Amino acid sequence: MDESVAFFLSIFPRLLAALPLTLALTAISGAVGNALAVPVALARLSPNPFLWIPSAIYILLMRGTPLLVQTYLIYYGLGEVLPGSFIQQTFLWEYLKDGFWYAVFAFSLNTAGYTGEILRGAMSAVPKGEIEAAKAYGMSKSLILWRVTLPRAIQICLPAMSGETILLLKATSLASLITVWDVMGTSRQIQKESYRIYEPLLAAGVIYIVTVFILTRLLNFVERRINQHRAAPVSA
Amino acid sequence: MDASSPSLLSLMSFSQDGWGARFVEGLVVTVQVSVAAYAVSLIFGLLGASAKLSPYRSLRIIADGYTTLVRALPELLLLLLVFYSGADAIKFFLSFLGDDYADIEIDPFAAAVGALGFIGGAYMTEVMRGAIQSIPLGQIEAAKACGMSPLLRVRRVILPQMLRFALPGMSNLWLNATKDSSLISVLGSFQDILFMGYRAASTTKHYSFFYTMTALFFLVLTLVSMAIIRLIEARVNRGYK
Repeated sequence: MDESVAFFLSIFPRLLAALPLTLALTAISGAVGNALAVPVALARLSPNPFLWIPSAIYILLMRGTPLLVQTYLIYYGLGEVLPGSFIQQTFLWEYLKDGFWYAVFAFSLNTAGYTGEILRGAMSAVPKGEIEAAKAYGMSKSLILWRVTLPRAIQICLPAMSGETILLLKATSLASLITVWDVMGTSRQIQKESYRIYEPLLAAGVIYIVTVFILTRLLNFVERRINQHRAAPVSA
Repeated sequence: MDASSPSLLSLMSFSQDGWGARFVEGLVVTVQVSVAAYAVSLIFGLLGASAKLSPYRSLRIIADGYTTLVRALPELLLLLLVFYSGADAIKFFLSFLGDDYADIEIDPFAAAVGALGFIGGAYMTEVMRGAIQSIPLGQIEAAKACGMSPLLRVRRVILPQMLRFALPGMSNLWLNATKDSSLISVLGSFQDILFMGYRAASTTKHYSFFYTMTALFFLVLTLVSMAIIRLIEARVNRGYK
């Protein structure tokens, strides 16, 4: 038992060394995915069928199939198509040898689908009067979007978006299945080297729990800062 | 699609050795695992929600710990952990009953279903807790006033009433259960859709084609589920139009 505890403690440095990779996967996919969610939501709300139908299908595909299947499709599918194509001659090729960027690609597209649907709901929940007021001021359509609709929608769906971010952090563990050595991947590597099942998984679990806890606190803080003006007044 | 392979679709044939037939077998495994895991998650969810709403502090602490831990851990990690340790834990407890049980074999299907159900149960707990709390208190008081026993109250008032509030969350969790079931392909002992897709892709080297097919099978499962959910919702809400 003591020996097991000692081993459990001894693998933390190696797992923690992989944490930046997990965080980078989360941060990059989250940023790209949330940015892509804006055009997805806008297209979904458009009255033009050439915009809203593709967007609706995109959201259905991302939410209706497992992320693991999407990840494999992108990793192995692109791995089949890209070699021999013009991409091989460009600087991009250097990056595409690594599973990391395929994982980022898959997670970003998936996040865009999920957040796009959330953002769509939030955008249609922006009070009509505010948009009418902006129109009365003579703001152009794009200015209204930039100054009124989008900021208000983000305020409204912030709790849902931080929930998505936590889910994304956990989902990055799937990258370990396409040879990315994140926390999960490193723990499986240690499993194979040491022939021990539990200690590497438990240690990785501890790291994930602490990371999720810190990230939740951080997101709550950001949420409070952004929605500060809506907080209840401090009573005397 | 390159010209050297005249018809990729012929690879997907539904005859004896076609991959199409094996994908259908995979679909059956996926549905079996999802349904069983969902049933287990309903049990964990009901127990968890009862514990969270119970007057006993120790039960509330255990249920809070359960939902907090499970929801903070990646599903893949939890699946591996519960899949391997679940069997060992059961063996450990059975070994107290006598040596005969010490080397009992835990069926991998049961272990995987238990693991997925345990994970889904944490999310189910939150859905059911919310639904129970949405029932107007007056109805439960009325049932008490009529002299119903606690069990009868659950059966006649709480369960039918909470269903309406729980349904959207429960539908979502069913869709998640079908998608999360794809993780069992990693365990290597199940031939679900994703495992079949993986095998087909690596045997034939037509990766994009077979993973697209895999995604399509899951999409069909989602669409059929959504249609059935719509029917159930209409039925459960029939008194509230």
